[in-house]
Amino acid sequence: MAIEVRIPTILRSYTGGQKSVEGSGATLDELFADLNGRYDGLRERLIDDAGLRRFINVYLNDEDVRFLGGLSAPVRDGDTVTVLPAVAGGAR
Amino acid sequence: MRYESLLDAVGGTPLIGLPRLSPGPGVRLWAKLEDRNPTGSVKDRIAAYMVAAAEKDGRLGPGSTILEPTSGNTGISLAMVARVRGYQLICVMPENTSAERRMLLEAYGAQIVLSPAAGGSNEAVRVAKDMAVEHSDWVMLYQYGNEANARAHYETTGPELLADLPEITHFVAGLGTTGTVMGTGRFLREHVPGVQIVAAEPRYGELVYGLRNLSEGFVPELYDESVLTSRFSVSSADALRRTRELLEAEGLFAGISSGCVLHAALGLAAKAQTSGQRADIALLIADAGWKYLSTGAYGGTLAEAAARLEGQLWA
Repeated sequence: MAIEVRIPTILRSYTGGQKSVEGSGATLDELFADLNGRYDGLRERLIDDAGLRRFINVYLNDEDVRFLGGLSAPVRDGDTVTVLPAVAGGAR
Repeated sequence: MRYESLLDAVGGTPLIGLPRLSPGPGVRLWAKLEDRNPTGSVKDRIAAYMVAAAEKDGRLGPGSTILEPTSGNTGISLAMVARVRGYQLICVMPENTSAERRMLLEAYGAQIVLSPAAGGSNEAVRVAKDMAVEHSDWVMLYQYGNEANARAHYETTGPELLADLPEITHFVAGLGTTGTVMGTGRFLREHVPGVQIVAAEPRYGELVYGLRNLSEGFVPELYDESVLTSRFSVSSADALRRTRELLEAEGLFAGISSGCVLHAALGLAAKAQTSGQRADIALLIADAGWKYLSTGAYGGTLAEAAARLEGQLWA
């Protein structure tokens, strides 16, 4: 089973510089735990006691997981998970 | 149509059906054309409201200076309102925004302070906040946290949509300050049971997300997750593709954030079509494509244009 997880620049020190890694799990929570096994410390940058950290956004196939059940969101083989820091973004 | 002055012509924008992009008779897309505002963008609504609110509570008076972190449309709208109401304006914006924006601001008489490209608008906000502390007589209206921003949409955009499309099932708009989805979304939820409020968020190139640390992240103070049904991240490649589709299929020359919004709207339309549900999806066209021509978004192949957009803040 392979789920692609895209890692933002700021967290690539945990993945040996890789911008994309693969993991497995039935939910997002399991997926992050699986990644943490191979990329020690990554999970703690994403999750705190209250759940997903405030300035971290996670998208499952481009949809914000906070609207899909958060860490309980089911994930499947072939899904793409994108992690991004919260930013003010562009032109307004 | 006649108005006493330019500010009175803000809002009241048309809702245009998109018959060629709509998947079928039961699932229809509708574009609300916010480029039909005095300075050509949706931001005229919030600039008028934020200034009026500041005048009402005494923060703005004759000869006041307005300071705002803005890389474009809000600055342009504020520049227009400042001119009409007699204020000075200083805009703080990232250095990698399109040339047209800066030229237009300067033509209105605004002063521009450029912040580093890396860190995008987060950095502009930080710089502006520091400047506001240093110059306490300057007035930072602060679009990211100003309730008059969301209120403008609650009191104007939402009611206009409901009047034109009482059968609305979905509202899709871009997510920046979050004012549009918050204000319009709140209004529609109060009046249309089951309506879906969907935000389409631009996904930029890596430079924009290159923060020094995660605590430098930023969530606009206006943002209230509970107003949204869903939120989508849209790549510049997809936004570009859809912006061109809008032009080619419907003759609508829109800015790139509109492509971003259309991408999310088409996803919702496809879902409704597949499940056999009726849908009337209103999507917000924040501005037309004029300010983005120099980004190369409308010429050459899609791949060439997408590559050019990579380092730029296109929405």
